[in-house]
Amino acid sequence: MTELKYLLFLGCAIPYRLPSYEISTRKVLSKLGVELVEMPEFNCCGFPLDPVNHDMMLTLAARNLCLAEQQNLNIMALCNGCFGILNHVNKELKEDKEIKETVNGYLKEIGMEFKGTIKVKHLIHVLAEDVGFEKIKETVQNPLSQLRVVQHSGCHVVRPAKYIGFEDPENPTTLKKLIQVTGAKCLDYMDEPECCGAPIVGVNDKIPLQLAREKLDHIRAVGAQAMITCCPYCHIMYDLNQPRIERIFNEKFGIPVLHYPQLLGLSMGISPEELALKDLRVNAAEIVNICS
Amino acid sequence: MAETEKIQERGTKQKTVLKITDMDPKFKYEISKIPGAEKVMLCFQCGTCTADCPIARFDDFYRPRKLIRMTQLGLKDRLLSNDVIWLCSTCFTCIDHCPQDVGIASIVRALRNLTVEGGRMPVGYKEQASNILKTGYAYVISDLRLKKRQQKGLPALPKANLESVAKLFDITGFSKTLEKVRT
Repeated sequence: MTELKYLLFLGCAIPYRLPSYEISTRKVLSKLGVELVEMPEFNCCGFPLDPVNHDMMLTLAARNLCLAEQQNLNIMALCNGCFGILNHVNKELKEDKEIKETVNGYLKEIGMEFKGTIKVKHLIHVLAEDVGFEKIKETVQNPLSQLRVVQHSGCHVVRPAKYIGFEDPENPTTLKKLIQVTGAKCLDYMDEPECCGAPIVGVNDKIPLQLAREKLDHIRAVGAQAMITCCPYCHIMYDLNQPRIERIFNEKFGIPVLHYPQLLGLSMGISPEELALKDLRVNAAEIVNICS
Repeated sequence: MAETEKIQERGTKQKTVLKITDMDPKFKYEISKIPGAEKVMLCFQCGTCTADCPIARFDDFYRPRKLIRMTQLGLKDRLLSNDVIWLCSTCFTCIDHCPQDVGIASIVRALRNLTVEGGRMPVGYKEQASNILKTGYAYVISDLRLKKRQQKGLPALPKANLESVAKLFDITGFSKTLEKVRT
């Protein structure tokens, strides 16, 4: 059996904006017997630097990977962006000798070397693959059978398929299956794998808000009571920005957006307070009522 | 598309006639040396990338197919002075769908990297880069937030190794770029 012990890669967005994701993750993982080791001295995964300097991104990501290699532990990321970059760089450096040499040339200056001994996983991969649906099912004490939700996996946990290959990016089912384990019904909706647009917020806000509005519209059309995400940036687009979207487009959505571990936690019988449901921008009181 | 828009588009096209002197035939080779952008010449302009691009649906100018064609033609100055290249949201749908495995998003990244080397960078990216150099994180996480973590029972946020981060910024040459870029 795989040892359920990971180095937690928190990234920047979660400690900056969304402690609720971290709190709920820690709660449910401890119930599932997953041990999380804090990652000392980690830095930004490198994602925001790829557009401006590819080598800088590679080097920052590789430094994080080296830290994990030193501890001989696989990395678990909660953020799609961090997972995407770290996984991509890890695989690229393992496969491409030339790039590995360049990066190791930089890393030498800080006394590090990339060896390629660890793996990078996203929370949903750890849950689906390592913990397993059976074990999760055993911890579900309060099946959420009255709840109808939709999933939004986001992009960097499924694309590009060449580097991830965990599931079909056109029809991602991992998060869906993880939702179904809680007893909740996971509805299909139009353009499910569509991007949230968050990476270009700051350069252009109009397009991401239009994208998010369109998604919320599709979700409302199927009558979902909540949306489930597994990435802080997607979550910010739909939860934190929802009142802004409602104001700009003069619409009312009121769709609560939960981090997946919050949903799982509710099904485990963990209290809404412990799962930091109050931290959500869109009021999730109704979801709590349905679940209890 | 409405008829008036079509006429307008034709109008713009007439104003932007391409001259052979606008093209740099070596540009495609320069791009194809960048990791991820090697297959730029394989694009046969099918347009799958634009058809499936979520940004292209909401923007009148962002067209990945067009960016690749402009790269092949060597319209370097137009590409590197055009803010439209900053609209790619890196969803990687184009990479997955391209029948020629061209790596469109990576080519757009290469174009962005060259723009930055040339001395221009969107302000948001500059801010995040400076934050990483200063704190190790892409955002400046305030003391209040750190204190709140403790109150919520979360472990203290690990301190980044700023010396190592700064060294890496120096060796890659990125700290020099960061000093000179305009936003």
